[in-house]
Amino acid sequence: MSEKREQEVLERFRPLFEPRGVIVAGASSHPGKFGFVAAHNLLSQGFPGNVYLTNREGGEILGRRALTSVAEVPEGAADLVFVCTPPATVPDLLRECAKKGVRAAFLSTAGYGELGEEGKRAEEDLVRLCDELGLLLIGPNGQGVISTPASLCAQIVAPYPPRGRIAVASQSGGFVQAFQNYAQKTGVGVSRAVSAGNCAATRLEDYLEYFAADPETAVSLIYVEGIDEGRTFFESVRRATSRKPLVVLKGGTTAGGQRAAASHTGALATDDRVFAGMCRQAGIARAPTIEEAFETAATFATHPLPKGPNVFVLTTAGGWGVVTADRIASSRELRLMPIPDDLRAAFDARLPPRWSRNNPADLAGSETRDTVVECLAEAAAQPDVHAILLLGVGIQSNLAAMERAGGFFPEHGLGRIVEFHERQDARYAEAALEMERRFDKPVLIATELVDCQPENPGPRTLREAGSLAYPSSFRAVTVLEHLWRYARWRAR
Amino acid sequence: MSSGTRTLSEHESKRRLASAGVAVAPERLAADAAEAERAASELGFPVVVKLCGDRIAHKTERSLVRLGLTNVAQVRIAAEALLAAARPEDGAVALLVASMIPGRRELIAGCVQDPTFGPCVMLGIGGIFAEVLADVAFRLVPFDRTEALDLIAELQNQAWLGPFRGEPAVDRERLADVLVGLSRLMEGDADVVSVDLNPLIVCDGEPIAVDALVEVRAS
Repeated sequence: MSEKREQEVLERFRPLFEPRGVIVAGASSHPGKFGFVAAHNLLSQGFPGNVYLTNREGGEILGRRALTSVAEVPEGAADLVFVCTPPATVPDLLRECAKKGVRAAFLSTAGYGELGEEGKRAEEDLVRLCDELGLLLIGPNGQGVISTPASLCAQIVAPYPPRGRIAVASQSGGFVQAFQNYAQKTGVGVSRAVSAGNCAATRLEDYLEYFAADPETAVSLIYVEGIDEGRTFFESVRRATSRKPLVVLKGGTTAGGQRAAASHTGALATDDRVFAGMCRQAGIARAPTIEEAFETAATFATHPLPKGPNVFVLTTAGGWGVVTADRIASSRELRLMPIPDDLRAAFDARLPPRWSRNNPADLAGSETRDTVVECLAEAAAQPDVHAILLLGVGIQSNLAAMERAGGFFPEHGLGRIVEFHERQDARYAEAALEMERRFDKPVLIATELVDCQPENPGPRTLREAGSLAYPSSFRAVTVLEHLWRYARWRAR
Repeated sequence: MSSGTRTLSEHESKRRLASAGVAVAPERLAADAAEAERAASELGFPVVVKLCGDRIAHKTERSLVRLGLTNVAQVRIAAEALLAAARPEDGAVALLVASMIPGRRELIAGCVQDPTFGPCVMLGIGGIFAEVLADVAFRLVPFDRTEALDLIAELQNQAWLGPFRGEPAVDRERLADVLVGLSRLMEGDADVVSVDLNPLIVCDGEPIAVDALVEVRAS
């Protein structure tokens, strides 16, 4: 993208993602109405700009005086309008807003293209009107927009996610919520998120162009059901992925799903095999499930790209090592590398002879206070090791948790050992973070404790550092495949 | 076939494909049985003889293909039978004499117009299990050799492409030539609507088109 084009794109979306002020049109004092929720969410999450609530009857909403018309809004004080009023009121409202200097309109209003022919005509009229008025039209039929760098939470749903580097655009509001929920749970946050609704004027590829230029965003994550112009989509996506990774979740890949998509967003069926090929061609990381989509995006946002296919597994849990080896060995992308001789020698020097002496390196309970950290450092320093999976983190703290609650604590020496165990798991997590930074290669920690005991010092340390840990090694291997495929594509 | 289009004869289809870099089996066009015999002798036995014409698209269904002919007598009998099977609606016809390409494995490849993404190249595993395996992959036109190799790598049954019962592995570079050739054909010849290469026989690792159908816009 040329410098000029990039500036144009950033400027075009500025009123949506970095507004000076926001008008909530159709704000309501009734807590059961969207017009209330929109006002509530905008006011409660710390948006520092001007907020104007409008409502035909005026009155008071959340302790603020509601304006009876947009005419009362000072000129130039708001550049975004969040619309919760019925379709019939929208054209006059938008004209008023444009006069006041508003440049973007988010329409949560439903009753357009998703209703069939008549709705489609109304939607076309709406697009034309916004063109005339110079308004960036988002939606209609969307659930909202959030932008954490701007503390903007203009949505009729929850949650408001932590700040981070994942940008979301979705043809389903439900998936925006899902991704934001995952962001909250994992601590891997979101930069911008938009429920794109019917995509009447602003399409997924337009958001992607913005995300690619946006300095707050490291990776884009989209849910797509229907594509209007495949070629345009492909070309813009390919430009975007040449700068930043993009993760795609596609709905309607089977006849059954396509029927559901037709009634959800009116999307026409696409041949999924063609879509799959297009994804590979455009450098898209396509995820088949919602969990994988988020985890892949969160990995791109928090871990470096591998520089090759070689994976090294370091484990204190034997069985996990074995099944992880199976998973990597059956991968078409990654390689369960043989252990380099000098690395084996370095491990031999630190461990009693019962360790596995291969990849996976199973320490087999032979580790002492510093061996995990030292072995990890040795493996990370190997140039042929392109990514590391560290398994078994949290086992000691899990035991410590039981000992804490067992009734004997802190007597009988339990106080000291419990503290030691908990410190060790935190150290392992810190070492993984440090090695990843120092050697610029992914060092991923996978343990079921991420799900089963999120407050365990191992997973907690990573979460608090804003890094993603994985509930199973399979999921970690899957995201590594996406990362390596993308790294290779980028290098082409 | 969609409206406003027509198919080229097999011979003309292959000529177009060969000029785009797709390997096709050596063949000759013959007007009558005598010419077919001469062509067969030049090419070397065994040969295949087919009835060929612009309006003949489904030769197998009409039994217009004679495979594995090993001498001039067989060629003569086949040629006369095929010419006799021509129908008035077939228009101008000729005999196509081609070398038999030996090989146990078949691929399919082609170009299609996707309603969402436009012209695409397709590659799949062919032969009698093609429908069961349903192993096909697509790329949007145009693309380069790197992309073609990735398209080959996208097929699910990679072992199928490897060494097989004494035959070498499928030559991925030669297969990429075919795919890049198809891409070039779609990009360069604006009148081409679709291409069907079925089958590409894998002979000594090299994929060779033994049948081809090019659909063009009717001018």
